[in-house]
Amino acid sequence: MATTATIYHRGMLAASPRRQRIMGAAFLLFGVAIWLFFIRTVQNPNEVARYAMTLNYEAETKIPDWIVPVLPAMYICMGISFILGIYQIARGFKRWTNLALGLVVALFIFAFLTRETAGASISLAGIFYLTLSSAVTLTMAALSGIMSERAGVVNIAIEGMMLMGAMTAAFIGSVTHSLWIGLIAGIASGMLMAFIHGVLSIKYKTDQIISGTVINIFATGLTSYISTKFLQTYQYLNEPGVFEPIAIPGLVKIPFFGPIFFNNNICVYIMFVVLIVLQIALYNTRWGLRVRSVGEHPKAADTLGINVIRTRYMAVLLSGAMAGFAGSYFSIGSVGRFDNLMTGGRGFIGLAAMIFGNWNPLGGFGAGMLFGFADALGSKLTILGSDIPTQFLLMAPYIATMIVLAGVVGRTMAPAADGVPYEKE
Amino acid sequence: MFRHTMVKLFVVLLALTMLASCAPAAVAPTTAPAGGTNPTSAPAASEPTAVTMNVLPTAAAAEPTSAPAATGKKFKVALVIGLLGDKSFNDSAARGIQFVNDKFSDVETKIIENQDVGEQQLAARAMAQQGFDLVITIGYGSADWTDQIASEFPDTHFAIIDAELKQPNGTGLTFKEHEGSFTVGMIAAMLTTTKKVGYVGGMDVPLLRRFETGYIEGVKYVDPTIEVVSGWVGDFNDPNKGKELALTQYTEGVDIIYAAAGKSGEGVLQASKEKNLFSIGVDSDQDYMQPGHVITSMLKRVDLAVYETVRELRDGTLKGGTQSFGLKEGMVGSTFLYNETPVFFDSGPAEMVTKIKSDVLPALTAATDKIKNGEMCVDDFMKVFPCTNPAPEGGMGK
Repeated sequence: MATTATIYHRGMLAASPRRQRIMGAAFLLFGVAIWLFFIRTVQNPNEVARYAMTLNYEAETKIPDWIVPVLPAMYICMGISFILGIYQIARGFKRWTNLALGLVVALFIFAFLTRETAGASISLAGIFYLTLSSAVTLTMAALSGIMSERAGVVNIAIEGMMLMGAMTAAFIGSVTHSLWIGLIAGIASGMLMAFIHGVLSIKYKTDQIISGTVINIFATGLTSYISTKFLQTYQYLNEPGVFEPIAIPGLVKIPFFGPIFFNNNICVYIMFVVLIVLQIALYNTRWGLRVRSVGEHPKAADTLGINVIRTRYMAVLLSGAMAGFAGSYFSIGSVGRFDNLMTGGRGFIGLAAMIFGNWNPLGGFGAGMLFGFADALGSKLTILGSDIPTQFLLMAPYIATMIVLAGVVGRTMAPAADGVPYEKE
Repeated sequence: MFRHTMVKLFVVLLALTMLASCAPAAVAPTTAPAGGTNPTSAPAASEPTAVTMNVLPTAAAAEPTSAPAATGKKFKVALVIGLLGDKSFNDSAARGIQFVNDKFSDVETKIIENQDVGEQQLAARAMAQQGFDLVITIGYGSADWTDQIASEFPDTHFAIIDAELKQPNGTGLTFKEHEGSFTVGMIAAMLTTTKKVGYVGGMDVPLLRRFETGYIEGVKYVDPTIEVVSGWVGDFNDPNKGKELALTQYTEGVDIIYAAAGKSGEGVLQASKEKNLFSIGVDSDQDYMQPGHVITSMLKRVDLAVYETVRELRDGTLKGGTQSFGLKEGMVGSTFLYNETPVFFDSGPAEMVTKIKSDVLPALTAATDKIKNGEMCVDDFMKVFPCTNPAPEGGMGK
């Protein structure tokens, strides 16, 4: 596997003694926080939290609810946190530190959720379902960024490409009465924007950040204009419908996970296919090696006979196609219409997911799921009538983004030639 | 390398801020001339004007007497609002201007749409400078600056929807949304089969809390054991988030959701179609949007309020102060109260429609009459409208 370089890098970092102690202290702090904020505030020691395990409220095959006694569950979470913390300080988890950190955070969140659910019920399956649906666009945006940046072209124009894709898909889908043509048009419009980005940043060697920003502003203005003037005025231009969910026979019967992962619309399945194909293509094929070499050291790649310019164009166009697809998901995969600025900055969060995922497709997916989970958790907690102000709950995904980007999980490694225009001598 | 990442993060943030500040600027030139391209025609088509006029007997009476043989425009009216096309609040206000255009030939109208409140402020001031007779602004957030501009231009009259003005040349047009939400709360409570209904609000602000508390009171009036769950999108323009929130509530066993969230609410309506459950629209008549799934809509007749204000301006009876429009004035409430043949009657499940006709409508009319003649009132979250005799829990005596 070619990822060894990055894994080795992270391993080095995790093993530093200072970081080992800080991490251990953090684990202990999480344990203390569970006691301080959750256990101490429990009034009724016999309370239980009820987690519904089925997605559909009136499903025929109902898995019994998972009933969690609040107080013991939280003591267990606290105990495990302490044990992990002490072990981390004494011996250290070495290269498994991030895994341990993830476990401790998960325990903390579980304790928090249990505390909030005490005396009520919440659908655990619903949380994961929502997580996945929020993660789809974030992951596609992250993949789009990875595709382009692996070849050395920074693409912050994903948001703009997504907006164009969303609008074009809704418009063409309505006019042709075909969602598939709409989807293809959405992807094509993303590629068109990417082509502009490519020409500006590869051929004319414009600063890639500026080029991307310009495209974002351009797409925002253009889509808002067309939407206000035409799509919102003539409703028949903005009624594409949405892809219906397709249940995959057999797999959908898997308890708990089946209905969450195998009863989605086609866009979600395409996302998974793209994710796996990209992961394999980047790391296990000659094509992927060439793309990455162009992103790491274009001059060396050129010396070896790889056409740097063509490779970069191809990567940027593919990146645009993915962004266009992500945008199409908004209009014809989810809501069934286009509205001004409907992507709501998710292209940028996708970029954060890309960095968090260390420019690796599976990592990007994991980060997308994490941000999606924060989003879903916020939604669920408003239902429980939590004491936390709703504004703070709505911030959850962004706080998660900041903590992650502040380098808690260790440094990430961008492709070495990322953002540097290639000049042939 | 780490520095590289931080630089990139900074740039992303910078780009975000730039995008945020650029978005309104890019939209700024879309000032819709009221005559030519008419942005309101599509939504207006869904709601026959004839129905409107029935609700408002005074409008027709005023027409023939004071209208001069219109040579040129005598009055100039400007409406400064957010982006049109929300099929909700803004569209409704623009529809009011449309009524004015249809009815009064001597009134020149202008609609200025801008998402950015700062730009709206500039536009309102410019309109006052150009000698407009009436400038209508929108939203509780705009009250302070509208007041300020009103004090600078005493010859121009100002009106604001959903807020109050202090200046003598300012009129506040406020709605008793809690009364309207009460009626849809009753409908939801009588039709739910899971004994759990939902509410999705746009932003957690007092005005939308007023929708929520009115709705809850309506539900509890029918049956105190029914549970109401609430959620907040945090944005009026994010249908995707609205849909996710609605799906969350549906997986928790909610079967009817009241969406008071502008465009975000469209995501809720979409979710109800996908889950084959039900939703309730808001502000404009949204019944037609997902036929068979949107049971009713809580109308807020911003259009009539705008129309009325212009009519009063024309008649010379427009005064400062605050006007409040509730059930009594026929300005808020479920579409069932104003529309003889709601879309849901043709498209909804047969047993539900039968239930609406046999049980819901009589109960609704009874409760509405009680509110109208002051026997009972709905608590107002914002405490603007006093309520001494609130609707009791389980008061319907089911």
